[in-house]
Amino acid sequence: MYSDKVMDHFTNPRNVGDIKDADGIGEVGNAKCGDIMKMYIKVEDNIIKDIKFKTFGCGAAIATSSIATEMVIGKTIDEALKITNNAVVEALGGLPHEKVHCSVLAEQAIKAAIDDYMAKK
Amino acid sequence: MERKYFDYSATTPVDSEVLNEMLPYFNNDFGNPSSVYSYGRDSKKAIENARYKIAKLINADAREIFFTGGGTESDNWAIKGIAIALKNKGNHIITSSIEHHAVLHSCKYLEKHGFRVTYLPVDKYGLISLEDLKSEINDRTILITIMFANNEIGTIQPIKEIGKIAKENNIYFHTDGVQAIGNTVIDVKDMNIDLLSISAHKIYGPKGIGALYIKKGIKIDPIIHGGAQERKKRAGTENVPGIVGFGKAAEIAYNNLDKNIQDLTNLRDKLIKGIFDNIDYVILNGHPHNRLPGNVNISFQFIEGEALLLSLDMVGICGSSGSACTSGTLDPSHVLLAIGLSHEIAHGSLRLSIGKYTKEEDIDYLLQELPKIIKRLRNMSPLYEKVKGGE
Repeated sequence: MYSDKVMDHFTNPRNVGDIKDADGIGEVGNAKCGDIMKMYIKVEDNIIKDIKFKTFGCGAAIATSSIATEMVIGKTIDEALKITNNAVVEALGGLPHEKVHCSVLAEQAIKAAIDDYMAKK
Repeated sequence: MERKYFDYSATTPVDSEVLNEMLPYFNNDFGNPSSVYSYGRDSKKAIENARYKIAKLINADAREIFFTGGGTESDNWAIKGIAIALKNKGNHIITSSIEHHAVLHSCKYLEKHGFRVTYLPVDKYGLISLEDLKSEINDRTILITIMFANNEIGTIQPIKEIGKIAKENNIYFHTDGVQAIGNTVIDVKDMNIDLLSISAHKIYGPKGIGALYIKKGIKIDPIIHGGAQERKKRAGTENVPGIVGFGKAAEIAYNNLDKNIQDLTNLRDKLIKGIFDNIDYVILNGHPHNRLPGNVNISFQFIEGEALLLSLDMVGICGSSGSACTSGTLDPSHVLLAIGLSHEIAHGSLRLSIGKYTKEEDIDYLLQELPKIIKRLRNMSPLYEKVKGGE
């Protein structure tokens, strides 16, 4: 039911972990729904230099977190804010209909981490 | 990669002895049992032989066994057939909150047509309270339908006591025995069971064939109308190879019942102990002792079940989960919520069900792979991070 790309990112997720001195941290979702995504970003000169994630959730939740971090790294804050859930789904080669909400969470997690960074700045 | 099957509660492979017994009935002995010539008579004889073997497994009379298209049809028939037959006597049905959807959705359907249904709660082990049951009975109650053993958590209900209460109150008692058959002793006479749903594919028989035991004298309407098959109670040309296979499977189950229970119980307990010895933050769902010999259901905190199933599948292990992500709905299993688990814990559940082809080395393999998978997923989980941080 999952594309090869989803399975690849689920099996070998990129950028798993945390950043001790993160410039921004975003956490979205809740355990009741079965998905929580937490993202940590490191920003230098308005560019996202590093990003790490931790996710509690299904295969799609882990895969969307992973690919979203890849899409964000090296981008400016403005560019990162423009990443949509559809772009995440596309990058994964599609998601089953009932898993599209995972990509929405990924988009929200990026935005939450950036919001936190902006608030702290 | 060799596959290790831990989902016997979902379905079982057809035993080769069963298959061999079925094969002639697809082509050589293909006759319609309703036909008068020898082909028909041979098929009819094969059906009656199977009916006898199934009756023996549950201590019923062969004339009390009616073949259906499976466990779901048996549940639908029992509930709707009794409701319609007794609608002038009453309109109240008592069931439990942890029934299979074949029962729950049949009850919901009847609610739309003027029946009233009481869904008994269960305790943390998944057991109903006999006191609750007694207090819910009223003079409009026509049916009690409580499952024998739960498909997810394996808990076995006090069936004999429920049967006694039903009998004392002159109310029909139906039980969904699909998971129980072949895995625990079922004696319809001793347990005062009036209707029992069973299915072949959980006991190494084929899919698409089941039966409803209907005690002699019970008033029930048919729900499948047509020809005069099954003594005018269930129309449609009989699934002869399926019935023959079901009969053989029941015979094997009867002959090996005690050994099967003992072997599975030993393997199950080894599996549970192995998991508890090697992994922390785990919860056993279901009753510690009154449970199906082949059922293990464990919640692994801080991780989600579908991710766990995918990871197990990658090392060839087939299991199942009560996580929302595996059910196609937003909520985790109604059974896990009914025993009081939080959504979060329910999402992290894993059901491993073993059967007669499970080998000790399969358990060893699982116990070798599972801790690694749990560790990997927990290391990715923000929930685990919080716990570790607090240590």
